[in-house]
Amino acid sequence: MAGNRGRGRSQFTFNVDTLRFGRGDSLPTSAHTPSPLFPPMQFRPVPLHTGEEVDYMLALKQELRASSKNLPFHIKAARTKTDVARYSDKYQNGEPKYNCIEWSPDWSRMPKELCIKVQKTRKTGAKPQLTQKPKVAARKEEVLQKLETLEKREQEQHSEEEEDEEKKKQNEEEEEEPDEDYDEEELEDETDYIISYFDNGEDFGADSDDNMDEAVC
Amino acid sequence: MTAQEVRLCGLLLQEHFGDVVEKVGTHLIRSGVLTLRALAHETKLPLDLVKKSLCVLMQHGMCAFGAGRRGPAGPVEYHIICEHILHMLRYPRYIYTAKSLYGDTGELIVEEILQRGQMTMSSTVKTVADRLTHNMPEGQSMDYSEVVSAFSRLVETHFLQRCPPMASAGSSSSEAVNTPLPVVTQPTKPEDHPECYRLPYINLTGQGKRRRSSEDGEAEQRAAKKTKTDNSERGDEGIYWQVNFQRFHLHFRDQAIISAVSCKLDQTSSEIVRTMLRMSEVTTPAHAAFTQALSANEIFRALPFSYNIARPILDQYLTLLVNDPMEFVGRTGDSGGGMYVVNLHRALANLARATLESVVQERFGSRSARIFRLLLRKRHLEQKQVEDFAMVPAKEAKDMLYTLLSENLVQLQEIPKTPDYAPSRTFYLYTVNQLPTARLLLQHCYKTVGNLIERRLYETKENKRLLEKSQQIEAILASLQATGAEAAQLTEVEEMITAPERQQLESLQHHINKLDSSENQVDETIFLLESYINSTQAPP
Repeated sequence: MAGNRGRGRSQFTFNVDTLRFGRGDSLPTSAHTPSPLFPPMQFRPVPLHTGEEVDYMLALKQELRASSKNLPFHIKAARTKTDVARYSDKYQNGEPKYNCIEWSPDWSRMPKELCIKVQKTRKTGAKPQLTQKPKVAARKEEVLQKLETLEKREQEQHSEEEEDEEKKKQNEEEEEEPDEDYDEEELEDETDYIISYFDNGEDFGADSDDNMDEAVC
Repeated sequence: MTAQEVRLCGLLLQEHFGDVVEKVGTHLIRSGVLTLRALAHETKLPLDLVKKSLCVLMQHGMCAFGAGRRGPAGPVEYHIICEHILHMLRYPRYIYTAKSLYGDTGELIVEEILQRGQMTMSSTVKTVADRLTHNMPEGQSMDYSEVVSAFSRLVETHFLQRCPPMASAGSSSSEAVNTPLPVVTQPTKPEDHPECYRLPYINLTGQGKRRRSSEDGEAEQRAAKKTKTDNSERGDEGIYWQVNFQRFHLHFRDQAIISAVSCKLDQTSSEIVRTMLRMSEVTTPAHAAFTQALSANEIFRALPFSYNIARPILDQYLTLLVNDPMEFVGRTGDSGGGMYVVNLHRALANLARATLESVVQERFGSRSARIFRLLLRKRHLEQKQVEDFAMVPAKEAKDMLYTLLSENLVQLQEIPKTPDYAPSRTFYLYTVNQLPTARLLLQHCYKTVGNLIERRLYETKENKRLLEKSQQIEAILASLQATGAEAAQLTEVEEMITAPERQQLESLQHHINKLDSSENQVDETIFLLESYINSTQAPP
């Protein structure tokens, strides 16, 4: 077999007859590129079925698709935060909350580890004030330190008010942090006194250094 | 799970449940079995989101959990059941079947349960009654008892079944030792439980409530609170119902056989086969190769009244059916005027073969189809024999065979004459194996549906701006009409969409309809091929 190599130019290893192409025919050209992505079709496809049944199922399919987007099973990922925190973010309710589930499955049929602790939603009235209180307290502490280095008279007056505020806020913060299942009534009882006593306007006005000097005067 | 199936599952999950569930689902399909922590770590999603997605998937029966590799003391492991995700393609067909069998009530019941995964009987009845009342004219409302009767009929014919009861899944409770979690590899089938089809006793009386559009938000909140308290009063809490997909599939299979018979023979023969299948519905197990044997006398008695055929004519029809090469009906005995069975597996194989042949015909032409059919019948043929039997000139036969070979529809079998496979001394035989070819075509179908969905998403995305604009204008129109505006204002708003935009919208809608319709039609082929492949596998 090895001896045949080189003798007889166009000799193939397979029996040419069985493959039915003669010696003169050229072999099919080899492919240089991958086959095209959308090769031209030899035959056109058969048209789709038509009829009442087909139309009804089409309508059903589109309805199912549309309604499944409104069901609580459709989970949307949160929008990625843009570079700057905007004022309007606070008022947009579209943010999905991760820590609650909008429908309640039967937890006895699912493993316990999947149960998400649901946080009771507070009324929106209490929310801005609660978020403001820690910020206000922090600012208050900075201001206190600044005031201590400045005039003592203003410091005494303010510190009286601020100590009251601080004590109450510290109490609230301690109550807030560990357990968020507290009833909103309890917190509101705690904060009622402060809500009426301290207005937002006064707090805002009193924060900046410059204004405080003038307001006291 | 093949790559095409995973891709299709991902697209379906994304369409119905959003990106998050799609990410969790596809990762879990690819990994097989995972614990919650591993899944959250690998997908890099927040733990709460992963928990929510798993809840959604389990609610719809697409994900199951079981004791992990470390036994009941270790963390729970989750795995995905891919077939249930692929069934989402077929939801319109299930709903349409329920409508044709049990009317609008049945249709809405099945639709509600499909969309919500699992539901209790009382909540289903209430929701469906409310929906029906909403569509009825003013003053009428749907009584709960009608909905309950439709529900009972669905359960009696096994189209709905109870969800299998779960063993308590708490890993910290002391009862975990006594009630072991189901092992991951052997899921409990719903039919293993004897009470699978038993209706619970509920005292549910009343009528559907019509929801006024003005009290939408509050009414829903109140209704939500009410359902929590009501469920415990109705007496069927903890009993959830799901759609029995297998029963629907058996029904579709019967429909396919009946329509094949009516196409090949005539209407009367198809009625006879329909009667035979109806009689053996409840007695034939799901994976049986043929139905129970029925005598000709029984068939004659069970024929519907409209078909007033004489007894000897029935015998002739049965003989015709038995002698037909498609072998739908077989004769197994002589007692009772002749015992006849419907050959289910053989019918499925023949239907799959017809599908393959038609695919080859439509893609490669009728002469290639002739060669393909020849190879199916004669099993192994040499090239020369193919040319002779198919009566096709040599060059063209060679071309067609090579095209089919490159598409993997035809295989080459080598039979050597000598121990070294010298090409000049080897027989090369062309052959077609039906089962592997059917699997190949099934994967092509999955890929096709995936492509159709992606194209539809692309079309929608391209014209997103236009679609949003048209939706806004529709909303404006609706609100104007509700507040009673004049015709001039309405036309002014309508003209906000220009004529070329309107044309573009129409053509977009036309394309989307076509793509959706194609998906439904490819799904029919998928169903046939899947049934055939499942019938060849040994029953679990």
